[in-house]
Amino acid sequence: MTRRELLTAMLGAPFAAAACHTATRPSPLPPGELVGPSDKLGHRLRDLRAQPPAPTRRERAAIVIVGGGVAGLSAAWRLARAGVTDFVVVELEREPGGTARAGRVAGQDCPLGAHYLVAPFAENRALVTLLSELGAVTGVDDATGEPQFAEEQLVADPEERVFYKGRWYEGLYLHAGASADDQRQLTAFRAEVDRWVAFRDARGRRAFTVPVAACSDDAEVTALDRSSMAEWLAARSFTSPRLRWLVDYACRDDFGATAAQTSAWAGLFYFAARMPRPGDDSQPLLTWPEGNGRLVAQLARAATGRLRTGLAVVDVEPGAPGGEGARLTALDAAGELLGLDAEQVIFAAPQFVAGRALRPFRAAPPAHLREFTTGAWMVANVAVPELPGGLGFPLAWDNVLYESPSLGYVVATHQQPGSRGPTVLTYYHPLCDDDPRAARSRLLALGRDEWAEVALADLSRAHPGLREQATRVDVARWGHAMVRPSPGFLFGGARAAAARPVGRVRFAHSDLSGVALFEEAFYQGVRAAEEVLAERGVASPSLL
Amino acid sequence: MGRAPLLYLNVFVIATCGLVYELLAATLASYVLGDSVTQFSLIIGIYLSAMGVGSWLSAYLDKDLALRFLDVELGVALVGGLSAPLLFLGFARLDWFPVLLYGKVFLIGALVGLELPLLMRILREQVEFKYLVARVLSFDYLGALLASLVFPLFFVPRLGLVRTSLVFGLVNAAVALWGSYLLAPLVGRRVIGVRVRCAVVAVILVAGLIKADRLTTLSEDELFADEIVHAETTPYQRIVVTRGRAGFNLFLNGNLQFASADEYRYHEALTHPAMALAAETGVPRRVLILGGGDGLALREVLKWPGVETVTLVDLDPSMTRLAKNYPPLRALNGGALEDPRVTVVNEDAMVWIARGPERYDVALLDFPDPNSFALGKLYTRSFYQRLAKRLAPGGAIAVQATSPLFARRSFWCVVRTMEAAGLFVRPYHVAVPSFGVWGFALARHTPFVPPAAPPQALALRFLNADAMAALFALPADLGPVEVEVNRLDNQALVRAYEAEWQKWQ
Repeated sequence: MTRRELLTAMLGAPFAAAACHTATRPSPLPPGELVGPSDKLGHRLRDLRAQPPAPTRRERAAIVIVGGGVAGLSAAWRLARAGVTDFVVVELEREPGGTARAGRVAGQDCPLGAHYLVAPFAENRALVTLLSELGAVTGVDDATGEPQFAEEQLVADPEERVFYKGRWYEGLYLHAGASADDQRQLTAFRAEVDRWVAFRDARGRRAFTVPVAACSDDAEVTALDRSSMAEWLAARSFTSPRLRWLVDYACRDDFGATAAQTSAWAGLFYFAARMPRPGDDSQPLLTWPEGNGRLVAQLARAATGRLRTGLAVVDVEPGAPGGEGARLTALDAAGELLGLDAEQVIFAAPQFVAGRALRPFRAAPPAHLREFTTGAWMVANVAVPELPGGLGFPLAWDNVLYESPSLGYVVATHQQPGSRGPTVLTYYHPLCDDDPRAARSRLLALGRDEWAEVALADLSRAHPGLREQATRVDVARWGHAMVRPSPGFLFGGARAAAARPVGRVRFAHSDLSGVALFEEAFYQGVRAAEEVLAERGVASPSLL
Repeated sequence: MGRAPLLYLNVFVIATCGLVYELLAATLASYVLGDSVTQFSLIIGIYLSAMGVGSWLSAYLDKDLALRFLDVELGVALVGGLSAPLLFLGFARLDWFPVLLYGKVFLIGALVGLELPLLMRILREQVEFKYLVARVLSFDYLGALLASLVFPLFFVPRLGLVRTSLVFGLVNAAVALWGSYLLAPLVGRRVIGVRVRCAVVAVILVAGLIKADRLTTLSEDELFADEIVHAETTPYQRIVVTRGRAGFNLFLNGNLQFASADEYRYHEALTHPAMALAAETGVPRRVLILGGGDGLALREVLKWPGVETVTLVDLDPSMTRLAKNYPPLRALNGGALEDPRVTVVNEDAMVWIARGPERYDVALLDFPDPNSFALGKLYTRSFYQRLAKRLAPGGAIAVQATSPLFARRSFWCVVRTMEAAGLFVRPYHVAVPSFGVWGFALARHTPFVPPAAPPQALALRFLNADAMAALFALPADLGPVEVEVNRLDNQALVRAYEAEWQKWQ
């Protein structure tokens, strides 16, 4: 594939033409490597068709947690808080944390995936507890009872800027050049969002809040799930290109899917779930140089000594409550099989893994498994010797390119005290094909060099010369980055079916929430752990 | 011979250039050395007497008069054209600057003095003597008139001293080249050599112009009311020093940091209330200055006899180097940066403050105004919280807090932000003519009343007991307004500051 074909495929033909128009050959690519998940070990699991042989070595733990991502680690954290330590977390990758993992490029901590958290309301007690452990909660507002957050951990101002036709503008919505009709539609859209912020059902529940489990299941709310966000906009005559861009960006940012591929429920969730009261500012964001790696590290402390990485669970015999125990088989990187006997299992891996690991699911795949689809993301970390500038509004935390299929980049040093010097730009590029499998094969067809080429070409439209300045580009390819809240999926019954325990196995993963947020994975892990605690008769006041 | 009238024009231009060099030297001397009456008078005297010396010496030139005339003219072009840039460079680096200055004036005067007698002797054959004398001298005096008009009205305001000097050097060289055509029959085949020398001089002067452009752009020269005597771009900021009749001014990124004429008011007001407040609970021994790389607050601190150590944290090593080595600045801060009690740290204060256990009896925050997000961080609650942890019990903090008149909300934002960091704060103000009304905030861990005047022994120029009391008496138009606390996550101060100053620009 030529550079031009590559850029055409990933960034669009007009841009590729412009980028390749110069007579001079582009300078050599900066060094770097593929980081993040390895598709090799995972795909060995996929290709393991036959029943694995009985392992020669067996171990036991009261509770086995399958998956060391945020859900699994959160379950471990919750168990440890209740004083339960007879558990083991089994993780496929060499590092825990899943898509919230941190990386280190050119000596600078940076995210490899998920990188921020919306500051929770007081009612999200579990999350407030975790954040308090991190020193992120400094007190409680006397008037509202809402938590106050540490200034240094809230996203430092300026938060966002958007690049359009050679210039940066403050904020995410492109105000510059907006017509009166654009402004009117933006106001009308905000009024729609406000209506949902104000909504309370008969039981006093909000239409949208975090976690999803706390949202109203009133028919008026769940009906939103039946159409796409794009259809929802069209039905209300929201035609403003800037507004549609904003909504589309929001969907790609939070769900890795376009507005046309995202349920209207999820689209409105993005805007309404983070707003305390109608007309308020959205809740602030919490972030760290290493992104949600900070949260992962805190959760992982609870699993110290009980975390087994590089171990793929290939078979789960769920056992039966009151009957026989669960029997698991795991495969390590050297190809050795290990048996695990457990009284209880928290299966904190994605649904597509459940379909391959659970013996009854392999024998007769339940219908709900097919409903879960996952999107693909590429994340590139670009090390540069100086903070990038640009015409117009100065560097922000989140720097968005209006005319790009990517989401732009965040600056790893933004939360650090200095205002100068080298940094790492974390560039996010969701692959929003209609068929998620096509996106995945597109993702994996390209290696480090090609993806670095795409990232640098895209960033260079806002920062000419970036390719020459960059000292390193590491690329993470997330084939199954996040569950896609396609229209009809969220309230179609699949999530409820997937959450039902099988034998001694309980499920915990953001898949069950239908939106892949840290908060949701955390909630699912804590919930599953509390169910396990209840079953074991361990008294521990609920955090939920 | 028909070329005589054209040679009168030549005289006219030579006279103009000669006087321009003289005016340049006098203006430059009064900029950098001050005392313009003495400088103008000295330079005129030296210049005219040097012309006399040149005229006298012309009698000893007998051969190749036309060639000598052209070479002298080129000499004037080179020495005169380069005079202003070389004098500026020399001023910042040489102890014997006056020798360079007056030597240069003498050399130019002597060369110009040589020119007219030589020309008159060249034209002697062609023009009757009475007309020759009359016309050469009239054109000479008329040229002087032109110079005295265009120099102050056009060239200095439009081009600045350095470019004016180089441009007139080029005009001089062009006239020499023209002269080489007019006098070609008298010079003979050696005229080629003259023209080569013309080209060399022109190349040198053009190179000077290009270099001057890299030093300061034309638009920048126009921006500043006074002459730029030093300019450099560091990785952090643009530092410009100008010199006008009233003294030196230091600008960072185009914003005035101090004017030497009245900076004592600012720096006494910044320094002594905090020192006096800390002195109420014990002799202030350890002092911290954040920003203030000019060394002027440092100069005030060092007046206190009990001070044992001063740590000055300024981001830009070029700024502290300038304060240490640049003669006018060093004179103004009294060589404070070389005091053995002083440690200079070139680091971002936001990074520095989070580190290290040392505590200070007094902290002075002399940052530039919060006109960027990077500077805004240094005025946040988070920053003041960290600073408060570095303050010894009984210690005091003073913060420059922009103008309470021009930027009232910004001023109160600083005050409220410091309060939000758990400090007890008293806002105060002072009139600094070159800034206007300026604001500060004095703070410590416990409630306090404004301190009494600093000891008489400090011999302050501004801050006596009456002035100290007046600092803390805020007029109604500077009174409190409702403002948001400045935090890292809202940068409320930068936004308020930008909105407020926009009104005045």
